[in-house]
Amino acid sequence: MQEFINELASRQSFLSVTTLTILAMVLSAVVLTVFAAVLALVGVYAERKVSAHMQNRLGPMYVGWHGVVQTFADAIKLLLKEDIVPAAADKKLHLLAPVIVFAATLAAFAVLPFGQNIVASDLNVGVLYVIAISSFVVVGIILAGWASNNKWSLLGAMRSAAQVVSFEVPATLAVLAAIMTVGSMNLGAIVSYQVGGFHKWLVWQFFPFNFIAFIIYFVASLAEVNRAPFDIPEAESEIVAGFHTEYSGMKWAMFFLAEYANMFLVGVIGATLFLGGWSSPFGNFLNSGPFQIFWIVAKAAFLIFVQMWLRWTLPRVRVDQLMYVCWKVLLPFGFVAIVGVGVYMIL
Amino acid sequence: MLFDFATILVFLIFGGLFVVGNVILSRIIQTRNPHPGKISTYECGELPVGQSWIQFNIRFYVIALVFLIFEVEIVFLFPWAEVFKNLGAFALVEMMIFVFILLVGLAYVWAKGDLEWDKPQAVPDPKLIPSYKILSEELAS
Repeated sequence: MQEFINELASRQSFLSVTTLTILAMVLSAVVLTVFAAVLALVGVYAERKVSAHMQNRLGPMYVGWHGVVQTFADAIKLLLKEDIVPAAADKKLHLLAPVIVFAATLAAFAVLPFGQNIVASDLNVGVLYVIAISSFVVVGIILAGWASNNKWSLLGAMRSAAQVVSFEVPATLAVLAAIMTVGSMNLGAIVSYQVGGFHKWLVWQFFPFNFIAFIIYFVASLAEVNRAPFDIPEAESEIVAGFHTEYSGMKWAMFFLAEYANMFLVGVIGATLFLGGWSSPFGNFLNSGPFQIFWIVAKAAFLIFVQMWLRWTLPRVRVDQLMYVCWKVLLPFGFVAIVGVGVYMIL
Repeated sequence: MLFDFATILVFLIFGGLFVVGNVILSRIIQTRNPHPGKISTYECGELPVGQSWIQFNIRFYVIALVFLIFEVEIVFLFPWAEVFKNLGAFALVEMMIFVFILLVGLAYVWAKGDLEWDKPQAVPDPKLIPSYKILSEELAS
């Protein structure tokens, strides 16, 4: 990207390198925000349709062809809806919470590789950065629960913090297995290692240890984005809506946007680390420019579909079962995966 | 390198501005009609009882401590994992010793029962609770 900017600056004298660099940064931020917003609209529609068909219903059918414009109508409704801030709430923190949640999610988008050179920020510590910034989201959630001054919100926020923080440990261990195999934390380098067909994907390397790591990452990521069966922070049957009980209108929409963006984020990270990222599953066939974007989005969409599928298949777990899964199942298996990969590489 | 982190800063700022901008836009075009009932804290339709800014029981305090230990350990594992390919068997053995010590710690916490969400506790004898004593003495006199 830097080379391109330098060349562009040398071709004309109207804009300097600094101006062009800042312009490129802002442009990439705008593009990815719009992308995240569109993603949330499509994601909500897909979730409604998937859940409806799994329960033998039709889902939204009236607004547009098969209800495709339903989510747009909902977005307009949310924009026009009154922003109710409870009198007892801390008004500044009440606004700050969705800001932190969305900004942290969007910042993680910056390092996602959508193609060979299609990445906003090619960090050499990419994986570590994604883990660090996505655990920032929990600060926003705690803030939302505390600022609302509502008992349900506080309970939901506490649960969410416990859950996100706990599942970060097995998720990071699973990621370490992938880093060990490749020897780099750069997301682009991890994908380059897997280019050349689906048999080169990291899931199949050092079988079954990287496969175990992939399963651990997927389960832990479900918990990190508060998705079913680990959606106890938003368990509507016991604590109303969890940390966003007191949110309505646009602020609530921002939490929702961040949630769907986060689902996509873990989908892309899972696909990048273990399923070959933007590389085509058929070697060099259809592996150029725009197809790379197609492959990464398709792989992420598949993982999101599995998330939805699990949501409408499994019942919600209890808090103690959640802690059991994390500390007594995923964590020991995470260590098994790391030791297994290490021993395999030495042999 | 600096360019990469500057991009992230721009993303953070832009993400924040996007939320604030949307909320302001919504404020401009929405109808606002606050009502004491509407802006009261939601508690299933009842009037809220007390505040929720109280001292609450952090159930997972020990889990938070265990998390801290494991997270620090994982931070040490990251650079090791990146250069592991070039270091070979010696690095593996050394890291296994490090990980083993932590696993012993995990086993200890597990055996102590601190990984349970609801740690079973011995029910105290009601006769030892001061208020019970006072009450029973009052009743006796």
